[in-house]
Amino acid sequence: MFYREAGDFKTSYTDDNQTFPIKFDRYRYYFVLFVAFCVIPFIVNDYWANAVLLPFLIYSIAAIGLNILVGYCGQVSLGTGGFMAVGAYAVYKLMTAFPEVNVFFHVLLAGGITAIVGVLFGLPSLRIKGFYLAVATLAAQFFLVWLFNKVPWFYNYSASGQISSPERTVFGYAVTGPHASAWTTYLFCLVFVTICAIIARNLTRGSVGRKWMAIRDMDIAAEIIGVDPLRSKLSAFAVSSFFIGVSGALFFSVYLGAVEVGEAFGINKSFLVLFMIIIGGLGSIFGSFAGAAFLVLLPVLLKNVLVSGLGWPTDLAAHLEFMIVGGLIITFLIAEPHGLAQLWRVAKEKLRLWPFPH
Amino acid sequence: MPDQLLFGTEVFLNGLMAGVLYALVALGFVLIYKASGIFNYAQGVMALFAALTLVGIMDGQVPFAHLINAVFGTEVHHFGWNIPSFLAIILTMGVMVALAWIVQQLIFRHLVNQEPIILFMATIGLAYFMEGFGDIMWGSDIKKLDVGIPQGMNALIDEVTYGAFGYGFFIDNLDIVAAVIATILVILLVLFSQYTKQGRAMRAVADDHQAALSVGISLNFIWVMVWSVAGFVALVAGIMWGAKSGVQFSLSLIALKALPVLMLGGFTSIPGAIVGGLIIGVGEKMFEFLIGPMVGGATENWFAYVLALLFLVFRPQGLFGEKIIERV
Repeated sequence: MFYREAGDFKTSYTDDNQTFPIKFDRYRYYFVLFVAFCVIPFIVNDYWANAVLLPFLIYSIAAIGLNILVGYCGQVSLGTGGFMAVGAYAVYKLMTAFPEVNVFFHVLLAGGITAIVGVLFGLPSLRIKGFYLAVATLAAQFFLVWLFNKVPWFYNYSASGQISSPERTVFGYAVTGPHASAWTTYLFCLVFVTICAIIARNLTRGSVGRKWMAIRDMDIAAEIIGVDPLRSKLSAFAVSSFFIGVSGALFFSVYLGAVEVGEAFGINKSFLVLFMIIIGGLGSIFGSFAGAAFLVLLPVLLKNVLVSGLGWPTDLAAHLEFMIVGGLIITFLIAEPHGLAQLWRVAKEKLRLWPFPH
Repeated sequence: MPDQLLFGTEVFLNGLMAGVLYALVALGFVLIYKASGIFNYAQGVMALFAALTLVGIMDGQVPFAHLINAVFGTEVHHFGWNIPSFLAIILTMGVMVALAWIVQQLIFRHLVNQEPIILFMATIGLAYFMEGFGDIMWGSDIKKLDVGIPQGMNALIDEVTYGAFGYGFFIDNLDIVAAVIATILVILLVLFSQYTKQGRAMRAVADDHQAALSVGISLNFIWVMVWSVAGFVALVAGIMWGAKSGVQFSLSLIALKALPVLMLGGFTSIPGAIVGGLIIGVGEKMFEFLIGPMVGGATENWFAYVLALLFLVFRPQGLFGEKIIERV
């Protein structure tokens, strides 16, 4: 009734090309932004920020990045953890080397550095595909983690081998370090998420994104119709690594504060982000958010129900979480290969006809 | 011979032995891939699960003891009996066959004709599920597995080499046994796939499963069989690795090491898995020995992957793999 194209007249090309052509969608989007920027910062507390909101926002960026590579360009990567580590160490080196520069630019630069590394490891994708490539990206994962462990220059020769983020401020408010308050860290991450999502959304519906999708659907056919595989594949690697680098930088500097590379950016992180986009929906920006929210909330929920509610031991809950995540992956691949995003699409389709289905 | 060279030779031999164990895990991958086009990431977890089950059965552990205790507040842990290892291995094999059947019925039946990459991700899901399931069923503590394989330094080789070069080589008995068993296993598998009816049917399915279906081969049966054989290979690998380093979570990471082995050897070739395993085993040990000290050590973590990556750039189908032909 209220969710429809009819009656919403487009009078210019810009109107016709807008991201959300349906009025209801548009208002919903403004509403979400309004709540995220103007309501949540005033009510957020430490627990919510650290347990739910920060990981959700940061993983969303990583999931969008990986979704560009896997969902839009069809190049499966298992090196996400390694690339996040590049972002984290890049931002650490930048923060300590140039303390006078605003941390905002450090994070962006860290993304840029990760993009360069990503392109480097993306080069084999021109020769190999499918799970050959997936295994090749494992090389990135293991090599990068080893590198950050073994070369003392990366962790500034600290005795513990850990890196910890110094305090940095934006507009006079601390966003990293021990004195950062919940709302500043939240807003800082939210700004990045919003920018990344808007960029990703517009890239994927433009010519670059269509080239990626052509490569994904069939690379030889794409080449024949004039898509340059070298440029599209490497641009996908670059953009994807940029996002993943930004998320790694935020994960280290804002969320964790101190990081030991093998623990924080191991192979499990790669799988976690991959699972987010499978559950959320391959090839969908909304799906990246949905998947990230799902896999961030699930452990919190399980912990609250099983450990606090029923009084089970924590290791049992952890094992059960493994089982549930694995089972969900299989269920989604069988029943709904396009993930939560597809459920959302179906719901919207139903809503368009409601309440007169014929 | 100078000491350094002798020491290098010893490292080389040990690398060969480690390579045999990698090849064992890689074998399971090749079998499933050949027959169904599924790249089974869960192979390593299957090895872990098989080893856990074997230990659990031998010690008479109560399955799901931890869960039962948590839910009902009881204190059960063991049945109080010990089962001889031979019988336990047979029982475990039964569990692996049942597992193969369940996996086939519940998962891969519904994913026939999907993209290979979707199947790959499904096996990652399966790996996660089984990891949690194995831990809930048998507990997550590190267990000792002892099925009566001799362990420790082989005295004979030590003596002979000491007599010949004045330097005794250290080679673990377990590695020798593993090498022998792996060789037997490969010969058996080759005989099975070349000379038995089921083996021929398996190759037919691998070649073209629609054509195989049309001449009356039951796809379901073949796939369950292949998963069972892979389960058996996983069991053997699990016993070997379990005896070597204890039954623990890191066992499932061996699967990751088997991936570069496969990429070197080619996904479709059983001899390729063996040769690839040996190259990786020797390569990473020699690299650690020669270059490792210069760059800070622990290169074993990534050497195999980088080697495979470089190799793939020049020969994407691996050493023995079938040539990849692409059609539009």
